[in-house]
Amino acid sequence: MKITRRGFIQTAGAATAIGIAGVPYIALGAGKKVVVVGGGTGGATAAKYIRMADPSVEVTLIEANKEYYTCYMSNEVLSGERSLDSIKFGYSGMAKHGVTVVHDTATEIDAQAKVVKTAGGKSFGFDRCIVAPGIDFQWGKIEGYDNAAAEKIPHAWKAGPQTALLRSQLEAMKDGGTVVIAAPPNPFRCPPGPYERASQIAMYLQHHKPKSKVIILDPKPKFSKQGLFTGAWKKFYGFGTENSMIEWHGQQEEAGVVAVDVGANSVTTAFGDEIKADVLNVIPPQKASEIAFAAGLTNDSGWCPINLKTFESTLQAGVHVLGDASIATGMPKSGYSANSQAKVCAAAVVALLNGQEPGVPAYVNTCYSIAGKDHGFSVAAVYRLAEDGSKIESVSGGLTPADASEEQFKREVLYAHSWFKNITEDSFG
Amino acid sequence: MVYKTLTKVILITSFTVGVSSGAFAADAKLMMGASDAMLANTCAGCHGTNGASGGPAAPTIAGLSKDYFIEVMQGFASGEVPATIMDRIAKGYTDEEIGQMANFYVGKPFVKAVQTFDDGMVKQGEKLHDKYCEKCHAEGGQSAEDDAGVLAGQWTPYVAWTLADYKAGHREATKKMKKKLEDMLAKEGDEGLQAILSFYASQQK
Repeated sequence: MKITRRGFIQTAGAATAIGIAGVPYIALGAGKKVVVVGGGTGGATAAKYIRMADPSVEVTLIEANKEYYTCYMSNEVLSGERSLDSIKFGYSGMAKHGVTVVHDTATEIDAQAKVVKTAGGKSFGFDRCIVAPGIDFQWGKIEGYDNAAAEKIPHAWKAGPQTALLRSQLEAMKDGGTVVIAAPPNPFRCPPGPYERASQIAMYLQHHKPKSKVIILDPKPKFSKQGLFTGAWKKFYGFGTENSMIEWHGQQEEAGVVAVDVGANSVTTAFGDEIKADVLNVIPPQKASEIAFAAGLTNDSGWCPINLKTFESTLQAGVHVLGDASIATGMPKSGYSANSQAKVCAAAVVALLNGQEPGVPAYVNTCYSIAGKDHGFSVAAVYRLAEDGSKIESVSGGLTPADASEEQFKREVLYAHSWFKNITEDSFG
Repeated sequence: MVYKTLTKVILITSFTVGVSSGAFAADAKLMMGASDAMLANTCAGCHGTNGASGGPAAPTIAGLSKDYFIEVMQGFASGEVPATIMDRIAKGYTDEEIGQMANFYVGKPFVKAVQTFDDGMVKQGEKLHDKYCEKCHAEGGQSAEDDAGVLAGQWTPYVAWTLADYKAGHREATKKMKKKLEDMLAKEGDEGLQAILSFYASQQK
């Protein structure tokens, strides 16, 4: 019997599907090619951990940019606490692990033909594909705010030039100015991010432009780590008083932003209030990135449904989706989630390529926010997969206690910086 | 794609693992039985790939003694060892799983931290270490064999905070350590502590 490579893979897939694990011939000579689309935290981690687990797997990482700016810790760039360079990561670490990095834009993922095509006209065959494309914005949901408007009024929700633009606007703002942050509706990347951003900007203003203030306009009735943030805002920025440097207006006041006037640098809320800003930061509603749509990986929600054990798409066999773009029911869209999911996915992909059953997964998320000088706090969770595969369930974790000591809040800042150092090294290094 | 062997995995693993911490809040049945590496790799986002932390505060967890690793993790889970975040995380694992993570990290190299220290205090620190600490933290604080924490090359803020917790009575030291630490602080004060920290930080190779 002559077995072509294509036929071989189908055989392997079929064997797996009917539950015959460990059939020895499956692994012999079978192709073990993985193409990873997207070199953010999730994609880079997956590429690295596949190579660490099984160096016989050929891994190609396709990423448009030569450098990646992490969204996490970018709020410290806005306040001037760190440089933009300090959140920039290249891909030399990938080469160290034997990952082939291609700087190009994936335009097509054909799950049937098992090939990824790029804007540069190249094709990359795969046995399994991992897509970690991150988020895109639902332009048009906020009237008057689109890709072009973002060149003037930054979202800064993908770090890099957008972060630099918002920082320069904050620096140029006069004392006594108003910064308006339009927070996004759920679900979105980095749930505590907009509120940490308000805190970091207030910290900067307090030192440099103390008559200024930050107004958060939010379509949601509540937000992540709310008690810890408002506690910090009371402590540092007079929250709740007439002279508060931070104001938060939520769904209760119909405060979500529905329209942006680029010329006037103002926004209109759902209630109909028009609010003029000196610096305006609009974080639009989100969805999975474009390539996920092009590849048929998204459902009506605009995100990618997956098998929570393997991160394989429920829509396209052989293609896995992880990180912000995936519907990882139970986990937040965070950098740590993407890193943790990538390891679960990498282990599953290695198992499947070797004709074995994927093992039992384990996931963790930890997420730090720095809300003031020497004042950090965190949320953490340890997760297991529900036996029926329906949900990634938190089994322990929670928030920094609201009544934590000053010493604990202080330690959490240094642990936050350690978190950043280690997660970026674990992902890109 | 649904894996038919899901049922098999459930049959093998459910309820064979004792949930010792009693902190599992979930009421749904959960898939248990993850491998050593699967469990251990979840730590790396905060403690570095293979447990070698890039600092500046989160400790390296590679190359410790297995007993010490287990003792501290169980201490976090029970609340006996003070923590910022690890109490919340450690409760999510069974004793058996903590043992699995320990197995994984015991076999990984302890990579010493490259960090700043006060050069002028190192010699004094070494003397004080020899006098007060060496009996349990052997080889200048490098050894894991003695089932005590590895101190040489560990990140200074972490060691300093741990000592501060002992000093403040937030963490209970063994009888021997309590006596040595009290003796040392009575005679040498906080400067002695700084000297010892400098000595540990100076060991970078």
